[in-house]
Amino acid sequence: MSTLQAPPEAPPPSRAARPSKAAPSWVASLVGRHPVGIVLAAPYAVFLALVFAWPLCLAVWISFHDYFFAAPGVEVERPFVGLDNYRTVLSDPDVRESLVNVGVFLVINVPLTVVLALVLATALNGAIRGRTFLRVAYYVPYVAASVALVAVWLFLFSSDGMVNQILGPLAPDPSWLVNSTLAMPVIALFVTWKQLGFFILLYLAALQNVPKELYESASTDGASRFRSFLHVTVPGVRPATLLVVILATITGANLFTEPYLLTNGGGPNGASTSPVLLMYQRGIEQGNPDTAAAIGVILVILVLVISLVNRRLLERD
Amino acid sequence: MKTKTMAATLGALALTVAACGGDGEGSSGNDDRGPIKVWLSNNPEEIAWGEAMVKAWNDEHPDEEIEAQEIPAGQSSEEVIGAAITAGNAPCLVFNTSPAAVPQFQKQGGLVALDAFDGGADYVEERSGEVAEQYQSPDGQYYQIPWKANPVMIFYNKDLMKKAGVDPEDPPLATYDEFLATSRKIVDSGTAQAAIWPAPTSEFFQSWFDFYPLYAAETGGTQLVEDDQATFESEEGQAVADFWATMYEDGLAQQEVYNGDSFADGKAAMSIVGPWAIAVYGESVDWGAVPVPTSQGTPAEETYTFSDAKNIALYSACENQGTAYDVLEFATSEEQDGALLEMTGQMPMREDLAGTYPEYFAEHPEYEAFADQASRTVEVPNVPNSIEIWQAFRDAYSSSVIFAEEPVDDALGGAAGEVTDLAGQG
Repeated sequence: MSTLQAPPEAPPPSRAARPSKAAPSWVASLVGRHPVGIVLAAPYAVFLALVFAWPLCLAVWISFHDYFFAAPGVEVERPFVGLDNYRTVLSDPDVRESLVNVGVFLVINVPLTVVLALVLATALNGAIRGRTFLRVAYYVPYVAASVALVAVWLFLFSSDGMVNQILGPLAPDPSWLVNSTLAMPVIALFVTWKQLGFFILLYLAALQNVPKELYESASTDGASRFRSFLHVTVPGVRPATLLVVILATITGANLFTEPYLLTNGGGPNGASTSPVLLMYQRGIEQGNPDTAAAIGVILVILVLVISLVNRRLLERD
Repeated sequence: MKTKTMAATLGALALTVAACGGDGEGSSGNDDRGPIKVWLSNNPEEIAWGEAMVKAWNDEHPDEEIEAQEIPAGQSSEEVIGAAITAGNAPCLVFNTSPAAVPQFQKQGGLVALDAFDGGADYVEERSGEVAEQYQSPDGQYYQIPWKANPVMIFYNKDLMKKAGVDPEDPPLATYDEFLATSRKIVDSGTAQAAIWPAPTSEFFQSWFDFYPLYAAETGGTQLVEDDQATFESEEGQAVADFWATMYEDGLAQQEVYNGDSFADGKAAMSIVGPWAIAVYGESVDWGAVPVPTSQGTPAEETYTFSDAKNIALYSACENQGTAYDVLEFATSEEQDGALLEMTGQMPMREDLAGTYPEYFAEHPEYEAFADQASRTVEVPNVPNSIEIWQAFRDAYSSSVIFAEEPVDDALGGAAGEVTDLAGQG
């Protein structure tokens, strides 16, 4: 009697065993196997270098010097000052407050964006009446100008605005946008609402890649719609969630227009001043681009750290 | 290979940037003549004056023509001019230079000292009189010529005063106590949402239209900074700040921004404005004007206020500086000053305005009070870090006076130290 035995598993082909390709010429090594690729990529690479890389390098350089804007041809000294600008910035209570402000913003905005965008995208992915209209409706605020939308929110949240008229005696005093506790949350809600359409779109795209069989299996196993959402949808769109979190963090850290317009330059009493708004005040209004650059560099580092932490947390599972 | 490619790209970038940078040439000599460019402010009356002035000059100087344009749009004129200085494309003259920005423009190397021209300093002092001293830079030179002031006063709506039970012809507004009592009558009667509604926002210049006029009046003409020392940590500064703190605390002034014109819309019965307001509100509001209040009620003829001046400066990017200086003198001549007064209602900063232009004031008696007030104005201090100083002050003022989040004396004390540090960094 013989027994069937599985054939021994073939070892993976070693690097040496792979079929060798023709040695690339020096041209191919410079421009790759498809030279047209570099032609297509070059304009954007140049754009990226000029508009992002160069200013970033310059900002880092400025942040280590006693720098101010001068007329061409005017000889001015811009000595290296080491970490002086960073010391100035980190000991500035306004900067610390602005970082706390943007922290409050992110704590409200990012989770709210993820939850609302995912739930609404899931709903809009189903067979519901008026689906196209609703998808467009959520997307309109994203493409509309902030200035116009801010006017609507001012109408809603000013002291004699519609919200307070509905709330009556329950309206906060001082009112929403001049209340140092409420101003930043109102801005966070505004930005969440404004950007929701874009993030819904990302999730809608991601939902198309979740295998339908998983939902069918879950249904066969008796899972409720909520459990199905929790155990199939949420893990299925994890890469999109990572993207949403990182994008929301980056756009939140760059907050400028909304506090500038909604609370008139970061009021009340600086309670909604964002680091970017402070950079504008320090660098452009007050003529201190060196400290403004230091704020910018610190902000970039913080955003990178937050993004890395988010990535680790979201990819861990 | 990647490293080499990156190095080559960065090298090319560096060369490109170097090639695009400034050519290292500064401005030419101050005798050069030829066409020049000037920027005018963007209010319609001033543009009309500017165009007439330019035509008058161009008719007589075909080889040295002026090309005038409105100052490009931006968040503020100061930012636009600052950017133009950095880019090297500032015009020869800007007829809207804020004195607060002059120290910064000077530091940037963007301005030409008027002393560099034959008789330049004498001309500034002869045209402006004693007030010229406030516009002299710490190095003793003039980088601006005082041009026009909008001395601010309390403008009030007579109809609303009457409705609130206040005598509209002689409203009690001279002392702080009177002003507070009148304000309470206005708000308590429901006549207007606020007695007065200065912008409660944090921009550095907002203190020029609430704290500073009253501080100038209370101190008899003291600037915010004198001899590199903050002056407002004083009994007078405290009195002014306490007055405004009471206005906010009692709801007589609002902590929230009014999106619009609270005075024009009848939401506030009073406003702090310059003579420009006569042309703006004159037809629609039955108005009156009184000097800003003081604690003891200073007589009107002794009351100081903030000048809200705009001056003319000559910028270093100008190639034909000889022509630019001549145009500057032409535009500030007695004739052109008179035309400015006639066409805009704004006060040229010259001594004895009423005596120099008697016909105008005979025809427009409503401007007389402002003309008289124009002889007692206080300018922003001409010191280094001017805008930072005002921002530091505004932050402390917002925190204590408007939003009552810290005691007024603590805030003023802290701001005074910061302001003195900044002023001493010249």
